[in-house]
Amino acid sequence: MAITAHVPSPPRAAWLVVEGLWTWYRRNWRSSVVSSVLQPVLYLVALGFGFGSQVRAGAATEGLPYVQYLAPALLVASATQTAAFESTYPVLSAFKWQRTYLGVTATPITSGQLVAGQLTWIVLRLGFSAVAFLLVAALLGALTGPGVLLSLVFALLTAMAFAAPVVAYAATIDSEGQQFNVVFRFIVMPMTMFAGTFFPVEQLPAWVRPLVWLTPLWHGTELSRAAAFGSMELLPTLGHLAYLVALLGVGAHLARRTFLRRLAV
Amino acid sequence: MHARDLAKRFGDFEAVKGIDLDVRPGEAFGFLGPNGAGKSSTMRMVACVSPRTGGELTVLGMDPLAQGPRIRARLGVVPQQDNLDSELTVRENLHVYGRYFGLSRAHVRAKAVELLEFAQLSDRADDQVEPLSGGMKRRLTIARSLINEPELLLLDEPTTGLDPQARHLLWDRLFRLKQQGVTLIVTTHYMDEAEQLCDRLVVMDAGRIVAEGSPAELIAQYSTREVLELRFAPGTQDVAAVADLASRVEELPDRLLLYTADGEAALAAAHARGITPLSSLVRRSTLEDVFLRLTGRTLVD
Repeated sequence: MAITAHVPSPPRAAWLVVEGLWTWYRRNWRSSVVSSVLQPVLYLVALGFGFGSQVRAGAATEGLPYVQYLAPALLVASATQTAAFESTYPVLSAFKWQRTYLGVTATPITSGQLVAGQLTWIVLRLGFSAVAFLLVAALLGALTGPGVLLSLVFALLTAMAFAAPVVAYAATIDSEGQQFNVVFRFIVMPMTMFAGTFFPVEQLPAWVRPLVWLTPLWHGTELSRAAAFGSMELLPTLGHLAYLVALLGVGAHLARRTFLRRLAV
Repeated sequence: MHARDLAKRFGDFEAVKGIDLDVRPGEAFGFLGPNGAGKSSTMRMVACVSPRTGGELTVLGMDPLAQGPRIRARLGVVPQQDNLDSELTVRENLHVYGRYFGLSRAHVRAKAVELLEFAQLSDRADDQVEPLSGGMKRRLTIARSLINEPELLLLDEPTTGLDPQARHLLWDRLFRLKQQGVTLIVTTHYMDEAEQLCDRLVVMDAGRIVAEGSPAELIAQYSTREVLELRFAPGTQDVAAVADLASRVEELPDRLLLYTADGEAALAAAHARGITPLSSLVRRSTLEDVFLRLTGRTLVD
């Protein structure tokens, strides 16, 4: 039993940050279930079953009923949306309103470990919601098989590839967070609509497609469907993975820098 | 803690312009100064969160630039603005914070009970922090800073904004810590707080140390034993008439302050000259007189 204060090892330090965020979540999870689990389920029901009843299974849906075509993509899109939310206001608040990050870095925990802990927490938080969504989707018969477990991994990677740069950005904001509305309206929303979640990007005009290829969501959606439908091919898979891992790496590195700049002044 | 030529620069602005300091173990040491004097910047460097931009600094025998986390493990920090998690309970704030020091759950739980008692917060332990009064939040912040049994406690304006009852309770708690051998470093702009708490203090102004000593030494050096205050109707006071009655005379809009070793004698002498103030007061010199003499009466923001 540790009874004298000491410096925790770096992984342990990051985990202690997760523990602190979990303590908060344990009290406040109810409100977040609506947006992160119920909302994608409603999308699945309304668009997958409702709108999907009017869509004939064909080449565009990879020969599947629309709801089964939609489910693995919705998994990625909703994880990314939740990630966008979790990496904006909570981060700004911990710097500016609650100022809890300032409390953490007065302890042996460093700002780099704080970033690692915050990102780890976001993955876990997304993980809970994604698993809950998959359970509901499975009960509704929207899943095609156990391949979605791999889709789940890809969904989390995609969401984090988006979250890490947003966390880095959130650490630079000193206002009341109006800029986040720009992120939601002009990045998250169009990305969700047009990056292949609801219909194949081949339906878009050719000049729009390169924009879509820049989004992590498109790469994640490609991976997730391929995993769920058992149609993975080596080179495209490696390409998508490389892009997402690079985005995550750059984002995490930037976050370390912006946290340090904000906290060690 | 030991500092030589310690400096902090933010771009072109020099917040701390090369200060020398030594704080001995077990001592209660104070930083006095107007807003913007560089007190908080110095505190943040000592707390190993803000890297110095010049000079030497040793805290608990280590260099903050190289050993920040190891030093922080043995420090307690009470920041100027509370950074409690207001959506957690009082007790949870202590639990979560204690864990950051690598302490086991069982130890943190037991220690939290003890600290809640110490901070007189036991009956609010399982309430959320949000609705607590300013004094309670401040006490909780102090309790939290003690979770790791620190050897050195840094308090940045610990009682600003509190009512007199809350201030006295906090002072009482800080006295007890001092008796237990904890080294205290306090910044304040309340002179009574400095006189109550500090064995030794420095007055900072515009990034420099302008005076150093115990409260009594500072009063002896920069002021006189007593001050005679003569109050007049505006426009009727005459500095020249009393100038030779004191070692220093200060003129304020409605009164004259005569700095002298013997206030009663100066008052008698003034009466003998036929000077008739509206009212008069002889009082002991305080740190406030020293402070105003050293840092001026001009408003600083």
